[in-house]
Amino acid sequence: MAPRIAASAAEAVAEIRNGSTILIGGFGNAGQPMELIDALMDCGATDLTVVNNNAGQADAGLALLIKERRVRKIICSFPRQSDSWHFDTAYRAGEIELELVPQGNLAERIRAAGAGIGGFFTPTGYGTLLAEGKETRVIDGKGYVLETPIHADFALIKALHADTLGNLVYRKTARNFGPIMATAAKQAIVQVDEVVPAGSIDPEVVVTPGIYVDTVVALGGKK
Amino acid sequence: MSTFSTTEAKLTRDEMAQQVAADIPAGAFVNLGIGQPTNVSNFLTEEQGVTLHTENGMLGMGPVATGEDIDEDLINAGKIPVTELAGASFFHHADSFAMMRGGHLDVCVLGAFQVSKDGDLANWHTGAEGAIPAVGGAMDLAIGAKQTWVMMSLFTKTGESKLVEALSYPVTGLGCVSRIYTEVAIFELAGGQVTVRSTHGISFEELAERLPVGLVKAA
Repeated sequence: MAPRIAASAAEAVAEIRNGSTILIGGFGNAGQPMELIDALMDCGATDLTVVNNNAGQADAGLALLIKERRVRKIICSFPRQSDSWHFDTAYRAGEIELELVPQGNLAERIRAAGAGIGGFFTPTGYGTLLAEGKETRVIDGKGYVLETPIHADFALIKALHADTLGNLVYRKTARNFGPIMATAAKQAIVQVDEVVPAGSIDPEVVVTPGIYVDTVVALGGKK
Repeated sequence: MSTFSTTEAKLTRDEMAQQVAADIPAGAFVNLGIGQPTNVSNFLTEEQGVTLHTENGMLGMGPVATGEDIDEDLINAGKIPVTELAGASFFHHADSFAMMRGGHLDVCVLGAFQVSKDGDLANWHTGAEGAIPAVGGAMDLAIGAKQTWVMMSLFTKTGESKLVEALSYPVTGLGCVSRIYTEVAIFELAGGQVTVRSTHGISFEELAERLPVGLVKAA
């Protein structure tokens, strides 16, 4: 089925409910769906579990959701940054749960969810604090840790263009988590600069096929 | 194994980076960690034909972007705007870390708090009370590349060796470091043996006295 084309970011996120698990794309500001996060802020949903590489920067986007204590738990690889003050405050106050995951395991757990994999053995993290309590196995003399998929209710991602069938192309390093997050959520909500007619993206360059995309909103681009 | 050499003066940070750059094989795929290792890129030559990988999804990363070349969609792992070279490619995060974990990168250069004689690496967390932990790609980088090299100062501010028998900081990866570049010596690690390739501003004997691990002098 072709994706829903929402008229606004607010309409795109309107189905997000309290207690949802949400994958949010972006590495730093590149690929961060800032307008969708702002709309999530406005829609009032709370008690959220958020999956993102970081835990918000400065006074925008995810950082504000955390500031308003709308995020119950964050699953991320790199929460501590020079400008992550809202996360730092919430964490030190014991008001947000942190699941710290090595970045490659985070990406692979998301990929696994989208690909129907029930778990995988990875060498990353073996013998470290982040593998404590997890099943391990030695395969051909090398240690591995069992990691499980991260499924989500929603994914909020940013791409450059979508066509009317939801096929996506991204821009440079803003691609980062977008393609895997689109596959791992029950509903993938995508903000793009522009929605173009089906057939106007060369099938050879489609990065995320439309089968993964549920909602698209065109917000125009700066460039 | 190269032959032992020594210089009168300690290596400066630039000289360390220069030394690392000179040791990177021609045509290698390389990931340079945040901090001191990033400086290595300034000393790679065009003839070396080295391709730089950045964990956030790019091969063929060029120098830091300035002026009109700054593009917020084109950044490195330190979230600094960079440029792309001819022949660059972009890919998503799972592919980027599969490249690492799958052993496709030839060399990865990282900073460290401590390295053990067995090549165990600590560089992600001091373990200090109240510190907010953050790991990023450190654990993936440590164990993923064919060779992991470390750049660090050999001694802490209070004079303790960061090359140790066994780590006292939390582990990033076990048995992964094969070479350490410091301002006073370059070490090769293999099978629990620490070989000193060169010393700088210190004699082999003085170095051996100051370090808590047994040292072998390169032939």
